[in-house]
Amino acid sequence: MQKTIKIVISIIFLFVIGVFFIGLNKDTNYNTNSLIGKKIPNINLEYFDENKFYKGDDLKKNNYTLINFWASWCAPCRDEHPLLIQLSEEKNLKLLGVNFKDKKKQADKFLNDLGNPYDFLTKDDQGRNSVNFGIYGIPESILVNKDLIILKKFVGPLSVEDFNSIIEIIN
Amino acid sequence: MKFKLILITLLFNFSLLNGTEKIIDQSTIYKNLRCLVCQGQSIADSNSDFAQTIKLVVKDLIKDGKKEDEIYSFMADKYGEWIVFKPQVNKQNLILWFLPYLALILGGIIIFLILKRRRNL
Repeated sequence: MQKTIKIVISIIFLFVIGVFFIGLNKDTNYNTNSLIGKKIPNINLEYFDENKFYKGDDLKKNNYTLINFWASWCAPCRDEHPLLIQLSEEKNLKLLGVNFKDKKKQADKFLNDLGNPYDFLTKDDQGRNSVNFGIYGIPESILVNKDLIILKKFVGPLSVEDFNSIIEIIN
Repeated sequence: MKFKLILITLLFNFSLLNGTEKIIDQSTIYKNLRCLVCQGQSIADSNSDFAQTIKLVVKDLIKDGKKEDEIYSFMADKYGEWIVFKPQVNKQNLILWFLPYLALILGGIIIFLILKRRRNL
């Protein structure tokens, strides 16, 4: 009997240690891996210059689309801009810019100074639409295919490695 | 007469139940959502840009008639389970939800067996 109790207590002890070991070694930072493979629903982004909306059906026309969330007040957005300009030259990829909580005048100046890499430019004045894409800060970019499936999500400015991985996927 | 009284009571209770179902406390939802850009703060505690946006979206979802659980599911779908302070029961966390009860029952059995053995001695 005592032997059984000892075994049960040992199992519980080992289990608790195991839970702590796994829990403490787990990365608790926000991770976007769970979004990969999911479909983006309800796309309804207002164009930057027109009173029209860019919808999911428009996205289906492109083989691959990189949805880039940016703002003129965002310093890291300036860092990734040259890479976006390079990506805009890719034939198999369209760039959809979402100007996030920005002022039109300053956003225009940003694009005039650094160049406009976007095939389609939309805006999200209050950030409501960005929640639909799981955005929590900018810059963030999402690579989707014509089925609106998320292939990759990039949190923070695009790096050269990110650029290479995009090229690899679209080609 | 009795039948009428029962009917009125039932109708009154039903309308009360319906009324309470429709009321969704925004602040409770804010408290149960984690601010992803803050250190250990909820959406309710934070004035960050992210928290303000989430508050707007929660208000919109309530206006659209979404229930509290549906709002948590929506947020978890967009940002992962991490955004919800009290995660919903699923396959991954099933053991965490029921382990305390299991431990309690197991502990009770062990204590019962020890006491029984002592009595027999």
